[in-house]
Amino acid sequence: MSVTIRRSEQPPWTVLSVGGDLDVVGAPDMRQAVVTAVAEGSRLLALDLSELDFVDSFGLGAVVGALKRVRQRGGELALVCPSSRIRRVFEICDLDRILTLHDSTETLSELSVVVTDGATSTRRRP
Amino acid sequence: MSDTVEIEIPARADYVSLVRLVVAAAAELAPSLEPPRIDDLRVAVSEATTNAIQAHIRSGSTRPVKVCCRCSNGSVVVTVRDEGPGFDVDALPEMPPPESEARLGRESGMGISIMRALADNSSIDSSSEGTEVRLAFLVGGQVVHG
Repeated sequence: MSVTIRRSEQPPWTVLSVGGDLDVVGAPDMRQAVVTAVAEGSRLLALDLSELDFVDSFGLGAVVGALKRVRQRGGELALVCPSSRIRRVFEICDLDRILTLHDSTETLSELSVVVTDGATSTRRRP
Repeated sequence: MSDTVEIEIPARADYVSLVRLVVAAAAELAPSLEPPRIDDLRVAVSEATTNAIQAHIRSGSTRPVKVCCRCSNGSVVVTVRDEGPGFDVDALPEMPPPESEARLGRESGMGISIMRALADNSSIDSSSEGTEVRLAFLVGGQVVHG
């Protein structure tokens, strides 16, 4: 199965819903979708991996690239990843230490967005 | 006694998903691994196969990549063999700590760590004539994710 990418807006977040296989074949498509979204001004980007069937190091690389790109623009990346199977691959590479993993896109609306010195951070509303 | 499935694939990235499918199906037929471990197997085999394909592409080889899956009651052992130029297994660059600025500049180089973490036993034999990766998943092996 190849990768599928659907873009939607959940203000203030731009959400890229990624399904299928995020591997050496699928990762470049997601990377391009991120580049396009960031170039169009999206600073708060969420990757929704709820429908992802498979991820390997090429998918992780594309996610790291997405984090780098939004932070270069002073933005932030959220990862929606309810599957323990998918999370495990992120955890093996310690990427859960720099990425906040959410269980669903609904929790995005519970985040406060703070901009300090041009850098964006998020925290859960009390 | 073990069941063996061997496949040869062209060195093209779009064959990686086929290898994942075949190896996972063979492991399910042998019913020796729990489903979460078969997920681990798919990831590790994907890493090894992709690396092998890229080695052939980089060296211009038109030879196939060979994958062998041996399933028994006690284990599933997969070997992935390429005829690329090889690499120094002991000289792989270390990944910077996740929190460091340099880490965000590294979008590749995680595959071998992932293979080693997921397989119960793994080995990489590499020379100028090619590389063989061996991944063993043992029944009752690693703690599964939860």
